Amino acid sequence: MTKATRAMFALCILGLTSAVHAGPREDLVSRYAAEARAADPAFAGFSAARGETLHITRYASGKADTPACTSCHGDDPRVAGRTRSGKAIEPMAASASTERYTDPAKAEKWFKRNCKEVLGRECTPREKGDWLAYMMKQ
Amino acid sequence: MKITFRPVAVGLLLAGAGALLFNAASAGGDDYYPPITDKTTLQECGSCHLAFPAAMLPAASWQRMMGDLENHFGDDASVDAATARQISGYLAANAGDTGGARYSRKLLRDVSRNEAPLRITELPKWVREHREVSKREWASKEVGSKANCVACHVDAEKGYFDDD
Repeated sequence: MTKATRAMFALCILGLTSAVHAGPREDLVSRYAAEARAADPAFAGFSAARGETLHITRYASGKADTPACTSCHGDDPRVAGRTRSGKAIEPMAASASTERYTDPAKAEKWFKRNCKEVLGRECTPREKGDWLAYMMKQ
Repeated sequence: MKITFRPVAVGLLLAGAGALLFNAASAGGDDYYPPITDKTTLQECGSCHLAFPAAMLPAASWQRMMGDLENHFGDDASVDAATARQISGYLAANAGDTGGARYSRKLLRDVSRNEAPLRITELPKWVREHREVSKREWASKEVGSKANCVACHVDAEKGYFDDD
C-alpha cells in the first residue's frame, strides 16, 4: 500500500465511523423517522411546532388527572416537573441534560406509558418524533 | 488447663457494644425501614414515587404487585421481563416477612398470613399512625398524595419515617 492509499483508507474509516456515530439522540430521531415513513409514505419530516402543540394540549381521551404532558412535566420544559406522588421529574429539555434521549429503550418505555395516560392510546412515530424535535430545541 | 478469661470477656464486651451500635444505627427505632439498594429496583420503582422499602409489605404482596404492573394503581408501570425478574427477586428477598422481617414486625402485625395487601397506606398500623392527618392536609399542594411520604417524613429516602 502506498502512503497515499493508506491515507485515503484511514480517511474512509474516519468518515465511516463519524457517519455511524451521529450520536444516540440522532439515532433515536432517525429511528422514529424511519417508522413514520413506513407508516405514511408522504411523511415529510418532524415538526417542533407540532411537538409543542402535542406537549401542551389538554386531551379528554386519557386520564382525568393527567390531561396533558404538562400536568406532570410543568409548563416550562427547562424546569423540573413533579409526579402526582410528589417526586421531582428532571427537566425534559434536551439542553438540560446530556443523559436524556440517549437510551432508546427508556424513551420507548416512557412514551408508551405516558401517551397512554395522557392521550388514552400509544403515540404514533410521527408524534414521538415531533415531540422530540420540540424538546431538542429547548 | 488454664482458661484465658480476659480475651473471652473482651470479646463478649465488644460483641455487646457492637450489637447495641448496630441496633441504634440500623433500627433507628420503630420507624426505620431500610431503603431500596438494588439499582434497578431503585430506578424503576423510584421514578414516579418514593421507592418504598421492601420491608413495608410481605413477599406475597410484592409478588402480586409485580404480576400486574400494567395496572399499577391506575398507571401502566410495566417493565421488560428481565427487569421484572430482577425487581421481583430483590423485593421477595427483602420483604417484610423475609429479609426485612425485623423492621416490620409492628407494621405487619395485623396482616394475616393469607393476605397480600397492595397498598401500604391501607395497612392497619399505617392507618392508625396517620389518623391525626386531616383531609385538608392530605389535599394540600405540598402533600397531594398519600404516596408522597417525603412531604412530611423528610428523611424517608434514607429509610426514616419518624413523626416529623
